[in-house]
Amino acid sequence: MPTPAQVTLPSDREVRVTRQFHAPRQLVYDAHTKPELIRKWMGYADWDMPVCEMDVRVGGKYRWYWKHKESGKEFGFYGAFTEVNAPAHLAHDQYYDPGDIGGSMPADDPCVVSLDLKEHNGVTTLVCNMQFASKEARDGAVATGMTDGMEFSYARLDDEFAKQAA
Amino acid sequence: MPIVDQLDVTFAALADPTRRAILARLAEGEASVMELAAPFEISQPAISKHLRVLELAGLVSRGRDGQRRPCRIEAEPLAAASAWIENYRRIWEATYARLDDLLEMMKREQRNARPARRARRKRK
Repeated sequence: MPTPAQVTLPSDREVRVTRQFHAPRQLVYDAHTKPELIRKWMGYADWDMPVCEMDVRVGGKYRWYWKHKESGKEFGFYGAFTEVNAPAHLAHDQYYDPGDIGGSMPADDPCVVSLDLKEHNGVTTLVCNMQFASKEARDGAVATGMTDGMEFSYARLDDEFAKQAA
Repeated sequence: MPIVDQLDVTFAALADPTRRAILARLAEGEASVMELAAPFEISQPAISKHLRVLELAGLVSRGRDGQRRPCRIEAEPLAAASAWIENYRRIWEATYARLDDLLEMMKREQRNARPARRARRKRK
């Protein structure tokens, strides 16, 4: 079984997610950089990902948009890559486009996202660090999980965990 | 107090290793300041200062038992702090569970893309 994701708050403006995957680093990197692969996992229950554009090179841009299957509401993230070192490291800035769903994250100040992948004995450890423009922005982003702004279905998440545990 | 302000106070109080050690000790049962100070290489007044921070954050309360005034842990702010992170963590966990499935598929595809070599290895 993979180790469950860990979330820590390294500073007032940061949040860090750490997770291990039983797969070579190159595959984890591919899953984070190739649109046809990203679409298969990144996102949320009941949301399609109609836009997933990736130009993975320093200065290259990316755009991710999600659309709710029933309400048709949209939101997205976009930005540009600042560091690219395949398959070990990626960094990009990230702007939030609240679309029709709103949200407490300020739209004008980017979050700086860095992704580090280390492989040991066939297990890849992923560390995703997000540094927000302010503590308020960080708190807003983390608290998103507590509101129904994105209409997360916890019942569905629970099903998923039950399936995993089985 | 609004939840996020309460969380600020809780996390600030938790940001110190001595205070976390005090809470870990109190999780086992109530204790006097003297008992709490015993395992640490710092003075009793310094421990009292840390306790005051924990008390203000609502993480610790003091009994009225005369001189001893035992300290005990208050679970509620801790539960709120962990729930805040836990919801966020669960969203990532659900997302990464999908990535696990995808990676398994990618590993299978990679293996199937080299059937000839695999078959040869198996025969040896």
